[in-house]
Amino acid sequence: MNGFPILSALTFLPLIGAFAILLLARGSEEAKAKLSQRLALLFSLATLGLAFTMFGAFDPADPGFQMKERHVWIEAFNIAYLNGVDGISVWFVMISALLTPIAILSAIGSIKKRVKEFMVALLVLETMMLGTFTALDLVLFYVFFEGVLIPMFLIIGVWGGEKRTYAAYKFFLYTLLGSVLMLVAIFAMSALAGTTDMTALIGEKFPRHMALWLWLAFFASFAVKTPMWPFHTWLPYAHVEAPTAGSVILAGVLLKMGGYGFIRIAIQMLPEASAYFAPFVVVLSLVAIVYTSLVALAQTDMKKLIAYSSVAHMGFVTLGLFSFTRQGFDGAMMVMLSHTFVAAALFLLVGVVYDRMHTREIARFGGMAANMPRYAAVFMVIMLAAIGLPGTSGFIGEFLSMQGAFLANPNYAVVAALGIIFGAAYMLWLYRRLFYGPLDKSDVRAMKDLTPREIVMFAPLVLLVLWIGIYPSAFRNVFALPMERALVPFDAQVHEAQNG
Amino acid sequence: MAFSMDIAAVFLPFLGAVAAGLFGRRIGDRMSQAVTCGCVFLSACLSVLIFKGVLEGETSNHVLLEWIQSGGLSANWGIKIDTLSAVMLVVVNVVSAMVHFYSIGYMSEDKSKPRFMAYLSLFTFFMSMLVTAPNLLQMFFGWEGVGLMSYLLIGFWYEKPSANDASMKAFLVNRVGDFGFLLGIFGCFMLFGSLDFGPIFEKAPEMADKTIVFFGHTFPALTAVCLLLFMGAMGKSAQLGLHTWLPDAMEGPTPVSALIHAATMVTAGVFMVARMSPVFEYAPGALAFVAIIGGLTCVFAASIGLTQFDIKRVIAYSTMSQLGYMFFAAGVSAYSASIFHLMTHAFFKALLFLCAGSVIHALSGEQDMRKMGGLWRIVPKTYALMWIGFLALAGIGVGGIGFAGYYSKDLILEAALGQGTAIGCFVYVLGALAAFMTAFYSGRLLFMTFHGEPREERHMLEHAHESSWVMLAPLVPLALGAIFAGGFAFDLFGGDARAAFWNGAIFVLPEHDSLSKAEHVGSLLKALPVMLAFGGLALSWLFYVARPEFPAIVSTAFGAFYRFVCRKFYFDDLYDFIFVRGARKLGGAFWRLGDDAIIDGCGPDGFAKASLRIARRVSALQSGYVYHYAFAMILGVTGLVTWFWYNG
Repeated sequence: MNGFPILSALTFLPLIGAFAILLLARGSEEAKAKLSQRLALLFSLATLGLAFTMFGAFDPADPGFQMKERHVWIEAFNIAYLNGVDGISVWFVMISALLTPIAILSAIGSIKKRVKEFMVALLVLETMMLGTFTALDLVLFYVFFEGVLIPMFLIIGVWGGEKRTYAAYKFFLYTLLGSVLMLVAIFAMSALAGTTDMTALIGEKFPRHMALWLWLAFFASFAVKTPMWPFHTWLPYAHVEAPTAGSVILAGVLLKMGGYGFIRIAIQMLPEASAYFAPFVVVLSLVAIVYTSLVALAQTDMKKLIAYSSVAHMGFVTLGLFSFTRQGFDGAMMVMLSHTFVAAALFLLVGVVYDRMHTREIARFGGMAANMPRYAAVFMVIMLAAIGLPGTSGFIGEFLSMQGAFLANPNYAVVAALGIIFGAAYMLWLYRRLFYGPLDKSDVRAMKDLTPREIVMFAPLVLLVLWIGIYPSAFRNVFALPMERALVPFDAQVHEAQNG
Repeated sequence: MAFSMDIAAVFLPFLGAVAAGLFGRRIGDRMSQAVTCGCVFLSACLSVLIFKGVLEGETSNHVLLEWIQSGGLSANWGIKIDTLSAVMLVVVNVVSAMVHFYSIGYMSEDKSKPRFMAYLSLFTFFMSMLVTAPNLLQMFFGWEGVGLMSYLLIGFWYEKPSANDASMKAFLVNRVGDFGFLLGIFGCFMLFGSLDFGPIFEKAPEMADKTIVFFGHTFPALTAVCLLLFMGAMGKSAQLGLHTWLPDAMEGPTPVSALIHAATMVTAGVFMVARMSPVFEYAPGALAFVAIIGGLTCVFAASIGLTQFDIKRVIAYSTMSQLGYMFFAAGVSAYSASIFHLMTHAFFKALLFLCAGSVIHALSGEQDMRKMGGLWRIVPKTYALMWIGFLALAGIGVGGIGFAGYYSKDLILEAALGQGTAIGCFVYVLGALAAFMTAFYSGRLLFMTFHGEPREERHMLEHAHESSWVMLAPLVPLALGAIFAGGFAFDLFGGDARAAFWNGAIFVLPEHDSLSKAEHVGSLLKALPVMLAFGGLALSWLFYVARPEFPAIVSTAFGAFYRFVCRKFYFDDLYDFIFVRGARKLGGAFWRLGDDAIIDGCGPDGFAKASLRIARRVSALQSGYVYHYAFAMILGVTGLVTWFWYNG
């Protein structure tokens, strides 16, 4: 790896792919579509290959940032093109690189108009995501973080459903609020510390009153992104209107940008303010877990139901993080990893029947266990992960996160554990309405089971869900050290018990 | 040698399940049945060998793989073999093997045999993981796994809405219990700094005085943790309050009821309390609660059993009632008696369910006892086997010799008295009362089903036939168990050999040793339960054979009370009203009022109304606003950078 800028290569390879599609895909509508699909798949797989190479070279025993690259960008302000990964961000890079080809595979089956543009948007999106997770300069981070929104807006706005305008405008209002405040905070930080180098800002001491304001400004952005209750109402609409591939990326990666931001900026750079606001964040998380689970119970649209369940799951992330315990931190990371695969798989599963029936109305389905046994089996495994059954990925994160919360304050865990009851309720109720009962609707009966393309899409997700569930150490060992280090400033106020 | 044996005993059913579940269609029905039956049968043989080893003092604790590791928290996949887990392994795998064989016959008409066999085997695997768990977390894994299989098997005939309702109910009621179990696990880790049984048991005595605070109230820590864990046990073992799922679970195929909802899974709660006995012993408040809940469930379930007409539901309520016995035995620190009853109950209750299945099979699916009668001529072998099961259940025996239930039930009641506390006496009275009712409903079921004249139209009986050998043969070992298991094993569980037998697997404080004190209980009190059982049997004969008009007279005389019992004390209706409808209404309200009206109304929608003009323009531009946004952002960044450039 000596000297080869693998992170930059990784980040910009999809963008090169996007340009390649723009330049090469010509001719008839059909030929254009075919070629751009192939190119998109090829480039995203090449990116995945590069990501694995990077992962292979990554040393989990080093808690710091690795494979750093630095180029002067705006010298006067000490702003640099600076990137690198540590054990935390390396996972987000991996999930972005993994989910993009899966999203492309799903789009190949379901996007029929403006295929070329869609593929370009997905690849640009991938570059933006990878850039967000590898950036080590706050301004660079901001550019990527906000840059993600552009292709995502296009995906919802151009390829979305009927109410896409409303959905996109809601998304717009919420995120605009967050990003404006974040930009202000970034410049304030830069003015105070004289640098936007994130590695330097971690460990930087800010005056207390400034730290609190800075924290609030960042919180606004990440709370919308995660999303936390009550900043979540854009999410159900965005998901419902987005095409399947968009939902996969939105739920799988974009929501994690909020969690990543909380870890990297709120907790690592502003630990005192984080501790100060912790009860506030925990209460919002607990409300999210209980409230959105109950709302999910009342949904009649599959995607809305899953969107609300995402809010509840992300509640476990913030709950774990702001318990400031080892278990809570590890739990938050595990929930994010698990939710990536589970939510992506759930949206893909909805996409499978949407492609066939063009509806997401739960009541239109029923009895599919009889004519789509493979689909039912995949759905079952993913559902079990979503309700946190031990042996699946969902359990590890929720368990650790709640254990951490219990150590911080047993009452937190009592409320959060209610979520495992409601979570099971809405998922089982969904499964029952979709798969059980008599197969008496003719259009449902006419549906065919999973195609080979769809099986290829689901196979890695199912394997990952089980792998994390049975041997989570393979994943945790990579992020354990940096997470441990992030906890150091909080050690004073933490129970001794969990450090054992 | 021992190393590979315990792993094989646990994982063989898993292999069988994978073979039948994933490749069932390729290898065919016959092969799926052969593979799963073969694997479980081998497991059963290995379990017996393991048990023999344990009798000679061989215990082990194997680590298979690291599981969860986070800070001081670490839990491994492993297999712990001691007396308790060996007894459970034998019970689980032997009954499971018999049920596997029986299912070949019972499900012969079904179209998804491989799926059924795979589920049964997978259940066996999860149950084995549960009982051999070296830590609370793996126990929870098995716990949830068996719950999942129970859900899938209750809803096996998924076209039936009633089966789907029942399966969801089972899962969700159990989740309420799991809520407590999980919090109990969290509490254990907070107190003991470990989830492994070894360190927990070691530290338990030091923790007796610790306290824990929930919502501003201070509780004794061990009692709180034990009560939370027990909440899980109440769900899984269908104890009063979390019991409503078990009768409905009878929607599943009968072999499932025999294996999961009688012999094994529902006893997991009892097993858990016995496994955690070193902690429960230091939590006297929790023990008292366990005893009272067990005693109440015992009478409560038996009383409902008196009024039911569905043959499987009668047996289901009987199971619930017998689980109550096991719990109050544990509550008076007679864990050994509790596991003893668990073991004998597994044999005779599995036998009863499989016999009931044979009757139902013979009648092409009929389960209503009011439509039966006079069947003993048609299914004589089933009839004989069912008598054995019932005599064991009723605990019939004379002068120290009797059926299996006679030994274990009497031991429990003696221990309750022997404990010498008010609670002990209280549960003794409840237990004795339940013994009377048990004999009565057992007799009622037998007489209604097999005696008298057929009450249903003739045509149903024309097709009725005795079951094939593949269904009857597995009943024989179970019947032998129902006859002899009590007498043969009494010394180990109740006699002087028990300390050596348990070899530390369960723990009883010397001052709690109710089983030793039980020997001093007066002979009249010892004999009372058996006398009551005989009385109950005689009374049922009077009601259902000699004077068949009696039941109607009695039920009219106690009209209101009878309806109250018959409607299961209105638990289901109450829960449905409060929790099921309550949750849906609350969900709807949060959605429409909370999200749409308040959050959006004050947030983005309200903002939109205030700036309608801008909103109109945005929507008129369709997707153009995206470029606007991008453009504005870049402009903003550039502007700010420039501003800093010139002023910096």
